[in-house]
Amino acid sequence: MFKILQKTIRTGIVTTTYPSKPARISDHFRGRPSFDFEKWQDARPAADECPTGAISWRDTDDSRKVTVDYGLCVFCGLCAEASPDQAVKITKEFELATADRGSLILTAEYTLNADGTHRKLSAVSHGRVNADSDVQSVGAKARETIQKLLGRSLSIREVDAGSCNGCELEIVALNNPIYDIERFGIHFVASPRHADMLLVTGPVTRNMELALLKTYRAMPEPKLVVAVGACGISGGIFGENYASLGGVDKVLPVDVYIPGCPPRPQALLQGILLAVGRLREKRYDEHPSR
Amino acid sequence: MNLATLFGTLQTKFGKQVESMHAEHGDEAYIFLGDPNIRPITEYLRGELQARLVSVFAEDRRSREGVFFNYYVFEQRGDTQFLIVRAPVPAADPRFPSLSAELPAVNWQEREIQDWFGLTAVGHPNPRRVALHDNWPDVHPLRKDFPIDTVLPPFEGERHIYRPALGEGVLQVPVGPVHAGTIEPGHFSFAVAGEPILYLQLRMFYTHKGTEKLFEKLPIHKAVFLAESISGDSSFSHGTAFCQAIERAAEIEVPSDALIMRTVLLELERLCNHVADIGAIATDVGFVVANAHASRLKEMLLAANEQLAGNRLLRGMVCIGGVRRAWGAWQVELLRVAIDAFTREFRDLVALINSSESTRDRLEHTGILKPEIARDLGIVGVGGRASGIDLDVRRDHPYAAYRHLSFKVPVYQVGDVWHRMQVRIDEVQESISMIREAASRNLSGQFRVPVPPIPPNRCALSAVEGWRGEIIHWIRTGSDNRLERCKIKDPSLNNWPALVEAVQGNIIADFPVINKSFNLSYSGTDR
Repeated sequence: MFKILQKTIRTGIVTTTYPSKPARISDHFRGRPSFDFEKWQDARPAADECPTGAISWRDTDDSRKVTVDYGLCVFCGLCAEASPDQAVKITKEFELATADRGSLILTAEYTLNADGTHRKLSAVSHGRVNADSDVQSVGAKARETIQKLLGRSLSIREVDAGSCNGCELEIVALNNPIYDIERFGIHFVASPRHADMLLVTGPVTRNMELALLKTYRAMPEPKLVVAVGACGISGGIFGENYASLGGVDKVLPVDVYIPGCPPRPQALLQGILLAVGRLREKRYDEHPSR
Repeated sequence: MNLATLFGTLQTKFGKQVESMHAEHGDEAYIFLGDPNIRPITEYLRGELQARLVSVFAEDRRSREGVFFNYYVFEQRGDTQFLIVRAPVPAADPRFPSLSAELPAVNWQEREIQDWFGLTAVGHPNPRRVALHDNWPDVHPLRKDFPIDTVLPPFEGERHIYRPALGEGVLQVPVGPVHAGTIEPGHFSFAVAGEPILYLQLRMFYTHKGTEKLFEKLPIHKAVFLAESISGDSSFSHGTAFCQAIERAAEIEVPSDALIMRTVLLELERLCNHVADIGAIATDVGFVVANAHASRLKEMLLAANEQLAGNRLLRGMVCIGGVRRAWGAWQVELLRVAIDAFTREFRDLVALINSSESTRDRLEHTGILKPEIARDLGIVGVGGRASGIDLDVRRDHPYAAYRHLSFKVPVYQVGDVWHRMQVRIDEVQESISMIREAASRNLSGQFRVPVPPIPPNRCALSAVEGWRGEIIHWIRTGSDNRLERCKIKDPSLNNWPALVEAVQGNIIADFPVINKSFNLSYSGTDR
């Protein structure tokens, strides 16, 4: 017993100061790829390399529509390597959680040169997944009410709806002394009956759909759903196939999306705190939410 | 026995049944049979040559060769050769003899072939579905005429019938697929009489997401990322196994510095997972302080991972032809410092666990897997080595830079939770010295070579000792930078039945720690 205490005292406090202070992250960490759309001369090499199709393009006559979806991104960095014009850069930014799936999607429109490279940028816009603004504002109000009810203390039920277990490793890390999610009054609980939030990793497999639905239905109202990781948001590299339904929002209404493959613990923390209104969405240059 | 002698012997013994034999990539010996009857040759290889059946899988070659093929991969103790026996299964009469009755290790693998290819394992003692759940329509997803984007009717719930356990006071306790902790999904049905577990039935494949089929669709360079997502905690091992397979098929020579870097990262992955498991085993018997330290140690390594690979789980680092980035001298220095700090802290952690009598008391004699049962079930990796199964791909089929490194393979005979933890502790020490040795080399050379177009119709087998055990990838390349077939075998597939045996007679309250001591991958199993 004495030895245990001695070791504990010698170790001291190891808990991170995030989010009250910015996270200390290695310079080599691959976070959000940032796109200088003005400078980008050709989106095709990056799109060819992208393993999940997070970068895609479509040409009509002499114009091109390029779509970048951070909800599909696995942060591999191949797009930056494939774009020699330095228009795509890998940043250390990881706080990408958002309530609006559409804000993760960027669209750039170009006019084209004869060889298929970009001549001129004509427009950059955000995707709109939920185009109906009335539905959105009702959703926002409902969320506010829920946040008031849940804000100070939160019980989370985690469901792996088909993930590779990568996201689970980082979710489990939230309970370690470094990230220590309990300091926010947030607990992981065993039963959905005790839970306020469903934290779901995906892709949702055909074999897990029913279990996921039953878990959701077993939760008392009000309840929040957070989709974790590229697969949870969009199906990621697995996408949709005979055995995979794709992202969590194919099955459940999702309140917050946390990009990453997997999202690092601080990113999870940001997303969870965002869902209960204790943090705001982070805005980046080409990622201005709503 | 050298290969020429072996081929000669097989020709004499099995005469007409053996159509042809040839060696590929140095250590893959292919033996092509003329009919599906695998029994006589299996009996010979297992009996007289004491070979071990590593993996069984199938391939749909109807469009090119008019048949399905079943592959049986064997290895012999002390020989780096893999013997790969290929047996045709006629499309008109898709049946093959089952080996499961004599060789329980292939039980699930043969049933996978039934489910995914629609071939019948004749004589299988329990031929029910395993990989596709009972409510799936009559489809065989790995057949070439099944499109990957087929939309199936929605899942309506399992109608799987578990074996009843009857008797006075006998209860069935269903658990899952959603478990109490933050872990992957699967269903466990316990039959208990009072506290002790009589019988455990497993229902897996909840996370089946069409991975092997998807490998046939993705361009090869993108499929590396799919390999990294087979089992999240083994990203680097599976990624490396996949890249090695492609490199063998396309005869790409990976620079020696890249092989050393891969070795370092493979061992870092082992360290991360072993230290996390040691902590988790302690937690499951109530020694939470040990886990707090263990998870802190794991974080130290994850920080190093991020410096070395840009990702905490080492994703996006391995690539066909080497690794994606060079390491500067400061990164190698940082690794050395991190390993030194980790070594000191790990010593303290082990001392802490050893000082706790109650922890030892709960872990010793708990969840015993007897060596003879481990052998019958074909158990590999940590779980196997704690039960007398002396296998380690790093030593038996050296890859990356392992042939240049010295290390011991810990083996125990007791097979309880304590010894599964002990194997991990020993392996952590070995990994530390391997990383130190590898990191002492000058790594400023070439780290990657350009990848030529991948030639079609080449087969290759790749084996990696992931932290859990033996990982096997087998591929056949196709045209257009794609694969015709990619077979993935995670060590978990073999090892789940070990859990069934190890829990018998133990109390249900010890199930979590027994389960954790194997720590098998659901996603790796289900794919």
